[in-house]
Amino acid sequence: MSDTREPGHSGRLSTLSAAWVIARRDFVAILFSRAFFFFLLGPLFPVLVGILAGSVGQRVQQTAQSPEIGLVMAETEARRILAAREVLAARLGDAVPRMTLVHALAEGEDYEPRSALEGRAANIAAILSGTAEAPQLTGPRTRIESWRGPVAMVAAQAQAGELAPWPEVRLETTTSSSATERRGRLTTAQGAQTLLFLLTMMLAGMVLSNLVEEKGNKIIEVLAAAIPMEAVFMGKLFAMLGVSLVGIATWGATVGAVLLAGSSVLPTLTTPAVGWPMLVALGVVYFATAYLLLGSVFLAVGSLATTVREVQTLSMPVTMVQLLVFFLASYAMTQPGTAIEYFALIFPFSAPFAMLARAAQDPALLPHVPAVLAQCAWVLLLVRLGSALFRKRVMKSGPARVKKPRRSLFRRKAGAKV
Amino acid sequence: MTGNAPLRESAAQGGVSPDPARPLAIEARGLIKSFDGTRAVDGVDLSVPEGAVYGILGPNGAGKTTTLRMVLGIIDPDAGVRRILGHDRPHEVAHAIGYLPEERGLYPAMKAVEAIAFLGALRGLPLKEGRRRGRELLERHGLGHAADRQIRQLSKGMAQQVQILGTLVHRPRLVIFDEPFSGLDALNQGRLEAMMRDLAAQGTTVIFSTHVIAHAERLCDEVAIIAGGKVPFAGSVDVARDRIPAQVRLETRAREGAWRAALPEDARREGRFWYFPLPESGIEPLLRALIEGEAGILSLSIERAGLHDAFVAIAGEAAARAMGQDGPEETGS
Repeated sequence: MSDTREPGHSGRLSTLSAAWVIARRDFVAILFSRAFFFFLLGPLFPVLVGILAGSVGQRVQQTAQSPEIGLVMAETEARRILAAREVLAARLGDAVPRMTLVHALAEGEDYEPRSALEGRAANIAAILSGTAEAPQLTGPRTRIESWRGPVAMVAAQAQAGELAPWPEVRLETTTSSSATERRGRLTTAQGAQTLLFLLTMMLAGMVLSNLVEEKGNKIIEVLAAAIPMEAVFMGKLFAMLGVSLVGIATWGATVGAVLLAGSSVLPTLTTPAVGWPMLVALGVVYFATAYLLLGSVFLAVGSLATTVREVQTLSMPVTMVQLLVFFLASYAMTQPGTAIEYFALIFPFSAPFAMLARAAQDPALLPHVPAVLAQCAWVLLLVRLGSALFRKRVMKSGPARVKKPRRSLFRRKAGAKV
Repeated sequence: MTGNAPLRESAAQGGVSPDPARPLAIEARGLIKSFDGTRAVDGVDLSVPEGAVYGILGPNGAGKTTTLRMVLGIIDPDAGVRRILGHDRPHEVAHAIGYLPEERGLYPAMKAVEAIAFLGALRGLPLKEGRRRGRELLERHGLGHAADRQIRQLSKGMAQQVQILGTLVHRPRLVIFDEPFSGLDALNQGRLEAMMRDLAAQGTTVIFSTHVIAHAERLCDEVAIIAGGKVPFAGSVDVARDRIPAQVRLETRAREGAWRAALPEDARREGRFWYFPLPESGIEPLLRALIEGEAGILSLSIERAGLHDAFVAIAGEAAARAMGQDGPEETGS
């Protein structure tokens, strides 16, 4: 508010002060509403569903995985084979298939290996019979062909009895190869970009419902009479941005706490080119610009709609276009130095995503300054356009329009016979 | 006031020119606004003197709200100029204006006192001061008990009163009410009328639009009549009423006689009474002729035309009929 007026008296508000009045009201109203609590819980549901689906999938996988070879042979032979398998597994790990004794043959017993495969609930995928000198593998073609080599190796080991001397390999470690680092940074960039996109899409829609609610409350005319429409739009955008940042901070803190509690699940992402603190800072800045850009488009859309249904219909094309823009930014990330990358960096709606990806891959910070400034200019332009559209389209009154009769393809001609 | 002169020239339409010495709160010339090819306002001129209670009369859809929205800068006119409290840009003087729109609206989850403070803040009043004044206003108008209740918990009439108080909390120099009486019961309509008179007494300019002529007749110094997006009359209520000659009501003992020749041709008889416009020559020659003609006068009264009659004459029967169909408040207060 203006500082020049007498205390206790009203004075002219600048556009920024007016925007502040709106932003403060919206921010407080949303933050202390029940809806915000559910909004905060919102991402919990997909996470819970994901965990549930993951654990079910894991159980299914556990049941289905680890196929084993069943041994059907004399017990002494089976012990030789199993001992040889243990020796090799210690060196080769999972490359050696698991084996278990299914049926120990008595002397002179005739046993059909196929019958051991039928009706078994266990993970017996093939049957090894015969002896170490003449092993026989019975099972589906793809399976026995892939196990042919390892089984022969186990049988050879069983025959030899002792482990042949293996030469020691000297290891020299490096932090990373340039190829690994480039690839890692690309993954980091991709992750940052995807997170930015998901947050933007999830949160920018809130602006829409806020404006529609305002129109429903019919308070919009009171606002429009008192302050410039640009201030109303700016106030709403920044209030929702503030609410979004509170939400992100809450979710971020929660995720951070969970990750710290179970550090084993901490994803191992390559350090971005600008470093993690700077990437996070730039992420916040680019989230703000992406959010404001998309939010201002949604506000313009919201100004055209009067019902939630209309909002959904009108916002769908915006969402689809934004998805395309995200794909563009993702693709541009893999094409450094090309015209596509430059276009993605300049085009206002893809620029925040493309620039964040660049921050993960390129240590230069200077290009981010003009990029952020350009995006701010676009926000101002879009807010102005949106508010002009709003003034033009929404504040209508006056005599009811007389509908002109429309020509209809299916209209029956006068006097036509039924 | 800055630069009023160029707009003053065609101030009155069918009324009287505003006093050039009196500053104008609102000046509008040739305002035009169309929506989707339909002309809602078609060349409206307005001159509202500061400190006046000014009524804008017209049926629903006549262009009252659109005119007010243009004056307030909510929408821009397609053509024409407007000046409010001496400024071409209404938002520059928003802190000195109070506006109650026709479609009332408050945030349902807000407390009454917060709603008033917020409306004040929109006009530049600090929130703290707005809350203090809000409580004061609510107490003064018998709504103190509702100060901390949410708007959604109030009746429609109470919420409307809260919004009216919010319109006034920053002590504006000019208050514009769009159809302020609709939605209020007779008691609250009376209170609002009293509030408007108080505001005017304190020097505040009050403008309100209405389709109920009775309110305008009781409150207004000047009116503008809007019909079909045009203003066929703007001026003082007296001038509007004077447009219609006074009506004479005569009751005589004699039914026939030489005195009948003294009555104008358009005199009509209803029972024992005769009704006719007051002759231009005045009442004395008529009285003399009636006495000499032995009419046996039982009663004679001269009734000045009401604003409703003036409105019918100025805006036309069609507009008057339209106003008659506008709703139950028509007969109220």
